Amino acid sequence: MSATHEDIEATIVRLLEPYNKDGVPLAGDTRISADLNIDSADVLNFVMEVEDEFDIDISVNELADIHTVADLANLVAERLEASA
Amino acid sequence: MADLLDKYRDLKERHDAVTQRFADPVGLVNDRILSPTRGIINGREVILAGTNNYLGVTFEPACIEAGKEALEEYGTGTTGSRIANGTYGLHTLLEREFARFMGRAHCIVFSTGFQANLSMIAGLCGPEDTIFIDIDSHASIYDGVKLSQARFKTFRHNDPDHLARQLARHDPGKGGRLVILEGIYSMLGDFAPLRDFVALKQEYEFQILLDEAHSFGVLGERGRGLAERAGVEDGVDFIVGTFSKSLGGIGGYAVSDHPMFEVLRYAARPYMFTASPSPVSIATTLCALDIIENEPQRRERLMKNAERLQRGLMEKGFQLGLTNYVSPVVAVICPSEEAAVAMWDALLKNGVYVNLALPPGTPNKLSLLRCSASAAHTEEEIDQVIAAFDRAREQVASLAG
Repeated sequence: MSATHEDIEATIVRLLEPYNKDGVPLAGDTRISADLNIDSADVLNFVMEVEDEFDIDISVNELADIHTVADLANLVAERLEASA
Repeated sequence: MADLLDKYRDLKERHDAVTQRFADPVGLVNDRILSPTRGIINGREVILAGTNNYLGVTFEPACIEAGKEALEEYGTGTTGSRIANGTYGLHTLLEREFARFMGRAHCIVFSTGFQANLSMIAGLCGPEDTIFIDIDSHASIYDGVKLSQARFKTFRHNDPDHLARQLARHDPGKGGRLVILEGIYSMLGDFAPLRDFVALKQEYEFQILLDEAHSFGVLGERGRGLAERAGVEDGVDFIVGTFSKSLGGIGGYAVSDHPMFEVLRYAARPYMFTASPSPVSIATTLCALDIIENEPQRRERLMKNAERLQRGLMEKGFQLGLTNYVSPVVAVICPSEEAAVAMWDALLKNGVYVNLALPPGTPNKLSLLRCSASAAHTEEEIDQVIAAFDRAREQVASLAG
C-alpha cells in the first residue's frame, strides 16, 4: 500500500502534464508555478486533482510552502502516512 | 529595485492590443442613461443588455422621489462609519424591513455587495476555521477568504458530490467549517443545486453562506432568492446579497437567524471601518424592496424576456452557457478571446451593449458575451438584441474573411 516517493512524484507529474503548455521537462525539481507559467485558477484545479487522486486533504494555504514537484510529493507522502 | 507597476506590463500590452482596434471594454463610458434599457455610448443610442438591472427599477418615479426626499432631509452623505456617526434611522429601518421580508431575525446592511462578502466571510471565519468554496466563486468571495486568514479548499463547480468528498477527508480540528455558495453564478447564469448541498448537512457538520447577489428579487415566489425557490431557507445559515442589481441602488445586506449574528457589527472590519451607505441609497433601496414585494409580475416579465432572448439566440445558432433552463443571465460562448472582443465591439456599433467577460475571470477560461435580461426590456428590444447578434456575427466573419 505504501507508495514510494518516486511513485508519488510520477503520479504528480502525470497530473501536471495537461497544464504543461510549454512542454517543460517535468521532474522532482520542477517549480510548479514558476517554471510552468500556470495561473492561479489552474493551480486550484491541479490541487483538487491531487487531492482526489490520493484521497487526501490539502488546503490551498499550504501551497505557500510548496514550490517544486518534490515538495508536493513530500506533502502527499506525509498525508498518506497520517491517514494510513 | 523594480518599479512597482512593472509587473503589469503584460496586462497593459494585452489591453493596448485590444484598444488599438476596438472600443475599450473596461473603460467604456455611458455618456447618458435614458432609461433602464437605453443609454448613449460613444455618441450612439444603444439597448442596454448587460446591466444586471433585472427588474428595471432604476428610473422608478416613486424611488426617485424617495431618494430626493432623503437627500433633502438627511443630506448628501453620512461622513462616518456605522459604528461611529454613520448609522441613521434610515439604515436601521432598512435592516428591519429586510429582515422582515426575508423572514429572518437579523439583518446587517453594508456599503456594497462586495463589502458584504468581505465582512461576512472575514467576520465569521478566522485562522482556525476552514472555508469550502466553489471553484467559480466571485472575486469578493475569494478576497473575503483571503482576508479571513482561514484555511480554504475549493470544490468543483456546482458539484455537491465533490464537496462531500472534500468534507469527508477534512478534519475540522478545533475550528468551524463554512461552505460558500452562490444562488446564480454571474458568468453563465447557472443556479446552485442548493437542495443537494443543504442535504449534505445530514452527514457532515458545516454552516452555509449563500450569496444571492443575482438571485435576490429574481427567484422564488416572493423574490427572496434561490433558497426560497429551492425550499431550503432553513438550511441556509447566512444569506448575503446586494442592492446594486434587482434593487437598482448600491449597498449590500446579510441576514440570519443566528442568535449571535449582531456581534458581527463590532467584529467585521470591512463593516466597521468604512463609511455607511448614503441616505439616498438607503431610501431608494427601501422603495425598490417595496416594489419587489408588491410587483411579482416584474419577475414574470423578466423570465419571459430571458426565455425569449435565450431561445432567439439558440435559434440563430449561438452557443449558450445554459440551455436546459431559463436564467436572467444569458451568456454567449465565443470561440476565442479575439472573436469575443470583435463581436462585442460590433454589437456596440449595432446598438447593443452586453458585458464582455474574458479569462481568467470566467469559468473554464471561456470568452463570453454576457447578456442580462430585464423586466424593463420590451419584446421588440429583445428581438433587436438577437438581430444585432446575428448582424455582428456576419460583419465580424466578413472582416476576418
